[in-house]
Amino acid sequence: MKRLRGALLGIAGIVLLGVLWEGYKALAPAIGVKIGAITVLPRTSDAAMPHLATMLQRALDPVTAAAGSPPLWTAVLQASLFTVSIAAVSWVVGVIVGFLIATLMQRFRTAESALLPWVVLSQTVPLIALAPLVKRWGSLVHFGAFDWQDWMSVALIASYLAFFPVSIGALRGFASPEPAHLDLMRAYGVGWWRTYLRLRVPASVPYLVPALRLAAANAVIGTVVAEVSIGLSGGVGRMIIEFAQTGSSDPAKQWAPIFGAVLVGLVAAGAVALLGLALHKYRRNEVTA
Amino acid sequence: MSRSRTVRILAPILFGLAVLALWQGLVVALHILPFVLPGPIAIGTQFGLRAPFVLTSALVTAGNALAGLLIGTVLAAVFAALTASVRVLDELSAPLVTAASVIPIVSLAPALYTMFGADVQTARVLIAALAAFIPVYFNTLRGLRTVQPIHRDLMRSYAASRWQATRAVTVPGALPYFFTGVRVASSLAVISSLIAEDFGGPINGLGTSITSAVSSSNYPLAWAFVLGAIITGLVFYCVTVGLETAATWHRASA
Amino acid sequence: MSESSAELAVSVAEVGKVFPARKGGGVSALEAVSVDIAAGEFVSLIGPSGCGKSTLMRLVADLDSPSSGTITVFGKSARQARRDQDYGIAFQQAGLLPWRTVRENIELPLQLHGVGKAARRARASELIELVGLGDFGDRHPDQLSGGMQQRVAIARSLAESPRLLLMDEPFGALDEMTRERMQTELARLRAETGAAVVFVTHSIPEAVYLSDRVVVMSPRPGRIVQVLDMKLGGAEDRTDALREDAHFFERVSAVREALHGDPASAARARGAETR
Repeated sequence: MKRLRGALLGIAGIVLLGVLWEGYKALAPAIGVKIGAITVLPRTSDAAMPHLATMLQRALDPVTAAAGSPPLWTAVLQASLFTVSIAAVSWVVGVIVGFLIATLMQRFRTAESALLPWVVLSQTVPLIALAPLVKRWGSLVHFGAFDWQDWMSVALIASYLAFFPVSIGALRGFASPEPAHLDLMRAYGVGWWRTYLRLRVPASVPYLVPALRLAAANAVIGTVVAEVSIGLSGGVGRMIIEFAQTGSSDPAKQWAPIFGAVLVGLVAAGAVALLGLALHKYRRNEVTA
Repeated sequence: MSRSRTVRILAPILFGLAVLALWQGLVVALHILPFVLPGPIAIGTQFGLRAPFVLTSALVTAGNALAGLLIGTVLAAVFAALTASVRVLDELSAPLVTAASVIPIVSLAPALYTMFGADVQTARVLIAALAAFIPVYFNTLRGLRTVQPIHRDLMRSYAASRWQATRAVTVPGALPYFFTGVRVASSLAVISSLIAEDFGGPINGLGTSITSAVSSSNYPLAWAFVLGAIITGLVFYCVTVGLETAATWHRASA
Repeated sequence: MSESSAELAVSVAEVGKVFPARKGGGVSALEAVSVDIAAGEFVSLIGPSGCGKSTLMRLVADLDSPSSGTITVFGKSARQARRDQDYGIAFQQAGLLPWRTVRENIELPLQLHGVGKAARRARASELIELVGLGDFGDRHPDQLSGGMQQRVAIARSLAESPRLLLMDEPFGALDEMTRERMQTELARLRAETGAAVVFVTHSIPEAVYLSDRVVVMSPRPGRIVQVLDMKLGGAEDRTDALREDAHFFERVSAVREALHGDPASAARARGAETR
């Protein structure tokens, strides 16, 4: 009963947002609302705010006027799939690296002292701004038959964004067992490794699950943005930019890949939520990241 | 100063210096060309030479990030207060806010440029504001909902009105959560306003400057802008960490 | 205080409390509990975990409502008494607001009830002296020991000079030595204020040392087993010397026997840790 109410109200909220969009478009002036020279509320012309129905209609039409062009929605779906797979790779890499760094910091106090400030600071470093440089590095990498691909640069940047919440969450989780539990392990004469495996890792799950969720969101953001700044075509990021350039003649078209990006985010979050369900027995006392 | 404290302060500094030295050493020893990776000294020199230019760009990005952070923070705090007190509002907005927290906000940038004009910074400020909104909102809401049972009993025993209880217990209790949200939001605001520049808009700001320096093959300059971006991010981070520390003063126990 | 000692501070009549349980039915925490507490009287509620002693105190404080029966406080309903601020309250945890100094914590109820700044300050200073925290008025709770925090909580409960004090194991989290010192101080404070006290505890010597009467309760459902008169003299007689007194030991034994007297109820008590 309670869940039904929540679901219904949730849907009502989404509908309300649509109503707000159309209502604002119908009532507000075409040039938007300006205070002085600054537009504080958006323009409402069809170019700036297409009707929702137009967006939907456009998604069903072919991508271009050329013969044999697939419907826009299938193209967007394909691009979303491409982006979601890169994001998945970045997430896995980020999670592994984050976990290893946290383990290193947990094992050696000095490593924690030396690394932790830098791990925290790393998030103020917009590596994403380095995207053009990362692409250049990639082009220099050859190992025999192996050539560095542009998608790997994208994944590298995205995993840089993904590793941070994992390393912080895992470190806090590793430190979370009560002193009594650590004393118990000591009394059993168990060394660091088995304490880590049997106590610290399971204890870290409640901290890890929210961190994995954040990492997934970061991996998606990183992938979409890095696609744009590296110029990798095939994913939704690049598609957003490409379609935005046709914005004046075909304004509804650019919204399709934006919804694609939203979909990618939701799929990633959903996947992590499923993982969280699988780990439920370790999550009796969940904390929030 | 105890040994552990010395280690805690010295270790990261030594580690940082070692990395810089190694970096410079490798660049010199292996004759790495600047277009691959300039050494820290070259970057520093370039940064010094072009400081006013870097500063101008940094101020544009920082200005957008700050405006976005302020707007997003205020909206998030107000909205969190509303959803904490009106249940229906919470239920209506829950799926939307949850979705907003996992989707790449910055992908809205091109649409926002068309909606607000591509020749002004509004779209970038809005992206930063949206990005900042999420963590502040979620943290504040959590803070407003975590009132210790004993404090709730106490307020009831004083026959305190809802408004009095809010002022005496709920709001002060939520402040540390709020400032944690602001701290997280500050980094997001900087990064978001920076990458919104990659999606179009006026030709200024650090993100655009990095891209144009790379495309004109001026790599040390590109790195100088990156350094500018790092410093901008650091300033935002340090200020908000300071605020957070001040807000959590005396919260250790009791 | 102009009330005659015959006036009742608290009157509990045939009170029952059932907490809703997840699977239908409900857990009966209190059943047919009746007890009267006179103005100025010190009464302890004692019993094993789950006997409903804290629940009973919360009902008197109107933090919960009884399922059946009536509670009157100074002749009014418990709700009205709470609205009129006829009691002061202290819990096992000090429950201080960590962002307020000692002084500001003590001033909290006064501030909420619109007492002026100067009067608030004066009263807080008085109470800080009273509980022996003279130099700590401007400290924050995290800078105080557990015992000191509890003194602040007691000072706070006294802020509005209530005629009734409700205390839920206020010394439960303290070590034995601090505990005895706090008991002596509470006896002194009570002598100075003349307030009635409802004191929840699970320590027999603590109950005997402080109380005029001890109400012994049994669990599942919470019931009053026996009400014992201590007859250890007035508030001014509760000195440390009393702890060595033969009469004191005799009363401790009496309470202990009342608590353990019925082996069947003792066995039930072990099965019911519902507190």
